[in-house]
Amino acid sequence: MIRKITRAGIPILVILFLYVPILVLALYSFTDSTQIGAIRSFTLKNYVTLFTTPELQEMILGTILLALSSALLATILGTLGAIGAFYSHRRTTAAMDTVNQIPVINADVVTGFSLCILLVVVLGINKDSFLPLLIGHVTLSAPFVYLSVIPKLKQMDSSLYEAALDLGARPFQALRKVVIPQILSGIISGFSLAITLSLDDYFIATYTKPATFDTISTYVVNATKGSQTHIKTALWALSTLIFLIVIIIVAVRNLKFERREIKEERA
Amino acid sequence: MRFSRKTLGIPYAVFLLLFVVAPLLVLFYYAFTNGQGQFTLLNLTGFFTDPNTVGTLFYSFVLALTTTAVCLLLAYPTAYILTTGRLKKNSVVIMIFIMPMWINFSLRITALKEILDLIEGNLAYYPFLNSVIGMTYDFLPFMILPIYNTLAKMDGSLIEAAKDLGANDRHAFLRITLPLSLPGIISGVSMVLLPAMTNYVVLDMLYNSTYIMGSLIGSYFAAYNWHGGSMIALILLGIICLFNLINDDDRGETVKTGGALL
Repeated sequence: MIRKITRAGIPILVILFLYVPILVLALYSFTDSTQIGAIRSFTLKNYVTLFTTPELQEMILGTILLALSSALLATILGTLGAIGAFYSHRRTTAAMDTVNQIPVINADVVTGFSLCILLVVVLGINKDSFLPLLIGHVTLSAPFVYLSVIPKLKQMDSSLYEAALDLGARPFQALRKVVIPQILSGIISGFSLAITLSLDDYFIATYTKPATFDTISTYVVNATKGSQTHIKTALWALSTLIFLIVIIIVAVRNLKFERREIKEERA
Repeated sequence: MRFSRKTLGIPYAVFLLLFVVAPLLVLFYYAFTNGQGQFTLLNLTGFFTDPNTVGTLFYSFVLALTTTAVCLLLAYPTAYILTTGRLKKNSVVIMIFIMPMWINFSLRITALKEILDLIEGNLAYYPFLNSVIGMTYDFLPFMILPIYNTLAKMDGSLIEAAKDLGANDRHAFLRITLPLSLPGIISGVSMVLLPAMTNYVVLDMLYNSTYIMGSLIGSYFAAYNWHGGSMIALILLGIICLFNLINDDDRGETVKTGGALL
């Protein structure tokens, strides 16, 4: 019995460590207190502030737009890159694999700083054009799309493409109707990965973003140092909402996954 | 021109050359030149002769190693228990440990800061302790996932065989499970060690000041000193390359499986 408890001790400790702060903050987001410790009355004030303050609205919308556009670009580039590399000469493939690995293993601080030097200092591109930021986020996530697609290409039956050509399909048609459907799961997971990478990024945004634009990460980091308490507590509400959204996504994905497993078992 | 599948890769190849290779070349150039564009080694020698910067490097190492050790001590038993016994390979349970990965880190650190504020009062009194807590909080899922993955893939019959051949629990663990989970440990360590040296924003949020390698880049950036900043970035790049010589990098793999679970 005692052994069982000690056995479960560390995982339970880890769960408490990971979730207590988020849950406590979620609880306080529904009160009008400005710091944790003092329970005051229930209110939805923070949620109203979150959705009615233009500054906060812009920041959330901007973060989502940036994530979607950079993920879309990264998915197109990374997928085409993976297909191209897969069918290239072995040496070309190896070279692409290697360079693709650089942003993956590099520290984000270094990636962001080096992009800032090249794009802003050397090439003189204005940060306000959003171009450095967009390029930065595509550089961050395209390599992961590439890494998600390559294994799917390797699993694919290569004779299908040849068969499509033999049956009269033009190469582009064969690619669109035969290859793409087979690697689609890799493309989709690459895209969702690109979204989460962009949403969670702080360093690349800091070094490449326009001075007046903020993503959720850069905004929150500045807000924790500031003294505007109504903004601070509105961010607690944002944190709670994001937590709920993540839970819902995870739950839905798991249910789907389980349904698929059950179906497979029956088949 | 005849359509060829190879040509599809050209845009991405050009992209990589422009935005991955070229920035590194520029970094090299800036690291070894001064404001007048003349070649100089001063940025390099300056780094290794200034007690402040060498101290920062040392402090970063100690902090990163401590954080990694704490993460490992929490993650290994967790992953081990999740892959054995009644919880065996339950995808919902591992999800609970991985989920924080997808909540924006800045919001999570805000939550942690509020709690620590309540307990400690002023976080600046214990900078090292709070740095370790903050980074462990941020990076722990990235240590759990790769260890869990290798342990889950392990062939359970090996343990049974060892026991049939007379090994006790401790022996079977030390001689079979631990060596076989080494790849997971290594990739977990690489997921934590590097960010712990560079991710200064976690510390910045907790107590407004930082003394790790990443923050040096931040301060050079704030001072528009591109040459000094480039040298720090280059030194970090060197450290990263060293790590990856030992470790057949799995960072891409870990982030990918983390994303695939979502």
